[in-house]
Parts: sequence; C-alpha cells; structure tokens
Amino acid sequence: MSVTTNGALSTAVRTDQRAIDAVMKAKRRDLWVAGAGMFVMVVSMALLLSLIADLMIRGLPRIDLDFLSNFPSRRAERAGILSAWVGTLLVMLVTAFLAVPIGVGAGLYLEEYARKGWVSNFIEVNVSNLAGVPSIIYGLLALGLFVYGLSLGKTILVAGMTLALLILPIVIVATREAVRSIPKIIKEGAYGLGADQWQVMWQYIIPAARPGILTGAIVGLSRAIGETAPIITIGALTFIAFLPPSPVSGDFPFISFAWLNEGFTVLPIQMFNWVSRPQADFHVNAAATGVVLLALTFALNGIAIWIRYRLRKAHRN
Amino acid sequence: MMDTMTQDHAQPKAAALPPAIKPAPETEPLRARIEDFSFFYADGTKAIKHVDMPILDRKVTAIIGPSGCGKSTLLRSLNRMHDLYPGNRYEGKIILEPEGDNLIGPHSDPVLVRLRVGMVFQKPNPFPKTIYENVAAGLRVRGIRNKAVIDEAVEGALRRAAIWDEAKDRLHKSAYDMSGGQQQRLCIARALAPNPEILLLDEPTSALDPIATAKVEDLVRELSNSVTVVIVTHNMQQAARISHRTAFMYLGELIEFGETSQIFTNPRHPRTENYITGRYG
Ligand SMILES: Nc1ncnc2c1ncn2[C@@H]1O[C@H](COP(=O)(O)OP(=O)(O)O)[C@@H](O)[C@H]1O
Ligand SMILES: [Mg+2]
Repeated sequence: MSVTTNGALSTAVRTDQRAIDAVMKAKRRDLWVAGAGMFVMVVSMALLLSLIADLMIRGLPRIDLDFLSNFPSRRAERAGILSAWVGTLLVMLVTAFLAVPIGVGAGLYLEEYARKGWVSNFIEVNVSNLAGVPSIIYGLLALGLFVYGLSLGKTILVAGMTLALLILPIVIVATREAVRSIPKIIKEGAYGLGADQWQVMWQYIIPAARPGILTGAIVGLSRAIGETAPIITIGALTFIAFLPPSPVSGDFPFISFAWLNEGFTVLPIQMFNWVSRPQADFHVNAAATGVVLLALTFALNGIAIWIRYRLRKAHRN
Repeated sequence: MMDTMTQDHAQPKAAALPPAIKPAPETEPLRARIEDFSFFYADGTKAIKHVDMPILDRKVTAIIGPSGCGKSTLLRSLNRMHDLYPGNRYEGKIILEPEGDNLIGPHSDPVLVRLRVGMVFQKPNPFPKTIYENVAAGLRVRGIRNKAVIDEAVEGALRRAAIWDEAKDRLHKSAYDMSGGQQQRLCIARALAPNPEILLLDEPTSALDPIATAKVEDLVRELSNSVTVVIVTHNMQQAARISHRTAFMYLGELIEFGETSQIFTNPRHPRTENYITGRYG
C-alpha cells in the first residue's frame, strides 16, 4: 500500500499565487486610475493657469493709478474703473449686510429651533434647490419684484438685495453644516451645566460654528462679486461717470444712506461693456478689469482660508 | 462554559426567576427618592420600568448592570437630559430632598433641574476654551460676573477635583492640551464649580487608562464627604471600591438595591448573583 499525498499544501500555494496575482492586478488598476486622474488634473490646471496668465499679460501693464481713479471714457487710454470698483464695493456691502444676518439666522433657526418634520424637510430641500437656480432667474425676480413691483429703481440697494438673495442659500447651508458639525457631547455638556437654549446658542454654538459660517459668507460674497447676469437683468448696463454720494460726511448726522438709491456699475459689467466694443484698446481695458476682479476674488478666498485657519487654531477640537 | 449553555437553554425558565426586590427603607438621610419611575424613549422603548430607589445624602450610589439595561437612561433622567430630544416621556416621581420638589413634575423646568444636578459624561468633553473658562462656564451660565467670586470658585473646584496642582500654572491654556484623565477631572471640576446638589457620573473612567482611573476613583471617594454622587459603571470592582450603595439593573428593572458590601458578598436575587459572579453581562 502506498500513500499518496493529498496535496493540501500545493493547493494552498496555488491559492496564494492567485491572491498575489489579484493584488498585483488591483495595484496596476490603482496606478492607472491615479495616472488618469493626474493627467486630467494637470491638463485642467494648465488650461486655467494659461487663461489667467493670458489675462495677466494683456491686462496687468494697463493697471496704474489713473486706471483705478478714472471714470469710463469714450477714449480707451483715458478710461478707468473708478465707478466700477466703487460700485462693486458698495453693492457687496449691501449684499453682506443683508445675506449674512438673514442667512445665519435662518440656518441657526432651522438647525436648532425648528421642529424636525415635513415642514423643515420641505424647507431644506427647497434651500438646496435654490442654490442651484441659474442666477439670471434671480435677476428676473428682482426686475419684477424690486425694480417694478416695489418701484425701487435700478439702484445699488436693488443690486445688493438681488445678490443677497442669490447667495442666501450658500450662507444658510454653510451655517447649518457648521452647526451640525459641533459634537453632540459639547452641546450636552453645556446643557448639563444648566445653560438654557439661548446661552448654548450664543456662548457655545455660535462661537464654535463661526469659522464655518464666516467661510460660507465669504464664499458667497466671492460668488456674488463676479455675478453679471442678474445685474444686467435688472438693467444696470449703463454708462456711469459719477460716484454715488459718500456714505460718511463731515456734517451732522455724518452718515448718509443716499448712495443706496443711486445708479451704479460694477466690475464685471464694466468688463462686459468693454469686451463688446470693437476697438482692441478697450479689450486691454477689459483684461485689466478682469485682473482686478480676479485679485478681489482671490483676496476674499484668501481671507476665508485665513479666518478658518486662525479660528481653528483658537478653537482646536 | 457548560454553565452558560444551560443558562441560555433555560431562557423560558428564567422568566420564572423571583421578581425584583424592592429596596429596604433607609435610616440615613436621603438626598433624592426615585418613586415608581418609568421612562419611554420617543420610539416607544420602555427603557426604565417602575424603578423605586433612594439616593443617600453625601454618599456614593453606584448603578451597575449589563450593557443596555438602562443605567445611562436612569442617570440622565435625574437631570432631565432626555428633554433635549423630542418625544421622550417620564412617568412617576423623582423627589429631591429635603425640599420635596418633583424633578419630573409638570411644573419642573429642566433647565432649573440641571442647575441643581450636575453631570459628567463617559467621554471627557471639555469645551474648546481655556482651563479657567471651562471651570467658570457653570458660573457664567448662572449669570455670575464678579471676577473675584469666579476666581475663587475656579480654584476651589479644581482643588476639589484634585487637579489644581496640574492646572494652576496653565489656567489660561487650552483644555485640549491636557491628557484624557486630566480632562475628565477637569470636567468633574466644571460640574462641581457651581456646587450642585447631586453629581451624576456616567461611566466616567471607561475612556481612561488604569492610572487615570485610579485617580478619578480616589477623587469620587473623597467627594462623597461633600456632595451626593450617583455613578454608573460597568466595572464591578469599581463599584465595590467606591460606592456605599449599589443598584443592580437588568432590562430596565431595578433588580436589587442595597449596601454595596451586601450586594457583592451576599446578593439576594439570583440575577444579581449571576451578574457579579460573571455569568453574564
Ligand atoms: N435614544 C434612544 N431611543 C430609543 N432607545 C434607546 C435610546 N437610547 C437608548 N435606548 C435603549 O434603551 C435601553 C437602555 O439604554 P442605556 O440606558 O443606554 O443602557 P446602558 O447605559 O445601561 O448601557 C437600551 O435597550 C437602548 O437600546
Ligand atoms: Mg450607558
């Protein structure tokens, strides 16, 4: 009688080899995916950077003090963007003053006070949907409601209100996410000390959510600053060669709100205006305006990153 | 092993175990009385079933029992933590002595209850603030603004929580720079600062290493000279070491309550005996 080995070990070895092959195959696939991802990223970054570089090369030499302090003009070399950047600044001021308190208030209410039920679900879905509505629709709404309905005219106030509506969903969603990311045990800890809802809100939730809220607000503003369609829709595509009255003055009562009811132009509209001219000199002006707009957007995003970093460090968790 | 098997097979017979033993009347002064207390979560789960339990003044009461038996639920009822979430329901009475206020009565305000009954959680949860501000938080909530008063209360609470020596040189540094064990003692100091009538601790050492655990245990034993403590623990040795009274819970019922030494050396209910001899849980 002879005994034949049953080969249990050799099966095992074979299985091992198969496992190794499978792992190698998975690794090759990983490499492929990573390589393809890298390729797409490099190409899109290169495209973006070359667009920016092109804008810079054409626009940057045109920017000087005169360009920033002159009104638009029919002569390209004398035209400047004074009314446009002042307009952008004032419109952003109105937008921020409206969108931030309302958006943060709504976000806090929805997250902390509203009873969870179909009503709050309905609102939640609609807020997310609003964030996806094309901006020109907001322009149409503003034209119908603010400009004609309320007879407010084509003013800085209306532009600020329109852009505030546009970025409200962004602020609300950012606020809710910031509040939701506060650990439950921190909230319970505060309530456990005998804090009431108001105290928990002001002493714990808002401080802890502040970086997220501020970031959301700034991201919203940096979206609003470049918006052109809704502002054109409300009819602000005009030649503006004057500044609105100053908000502060030397005489009593020192602060004036007359500027809110003035006509205006903003950077993207000024740019649009110049691009649509046939003369090449105006195209250079447009590029220069684009550079200024880009710089403002980057500055806003830089501030958002800086705030987040600073507050994260102070509120390390 | 055999034992556990029989236990499992004898499930229908387990129902025939004797009913829960009601706590005997206490002669020592009470700080609270739980009377015919039941608790229902919003989904209808009856997590606590008709519990009667005395809580002795300035003594440590331990609640033990297998995971999911309702220890945390009972503890969190004592400072109305369940009111933070909608749909939960209390039944029965939780009387705070000597005033006789019913904490879960219709006219009782949960916020006012939490001002009287402090709580320490399973995982250390310091606020993202300085050590000083963490301990001062309870006083600020109570509207105390006087810096001298707060300074004194902060130092007193840190001393009572046996963490003054480790904290005094970095009062104005972030609480997150402390170790887990220090953070838990800081949380105890935070709960103590406003001088609560009862201090609740929910498995306060389950996230700590043995050395930090020993420190917290020493501290709890020490505290019972000055404050009434109710502590939930899944560590039976811990309950035996630090408590005066032990409550054994099982499936939402209080099976047996008594002097800690009696519960651990001479349990009267078979379930208690099974649990403390490690036969389940
Ligand atoms: N929020 C909740 N909703 C419904 N049931 C819950 C909730 N929290 C706990 N329970 C249930 O209540 C019972 C007791 O839970 P718990 O008090 O956390 O137990 P323990 O602290 O003793 O481990 C468990 O059966 C658990 O599943
Ligand atoms: Mg528990």
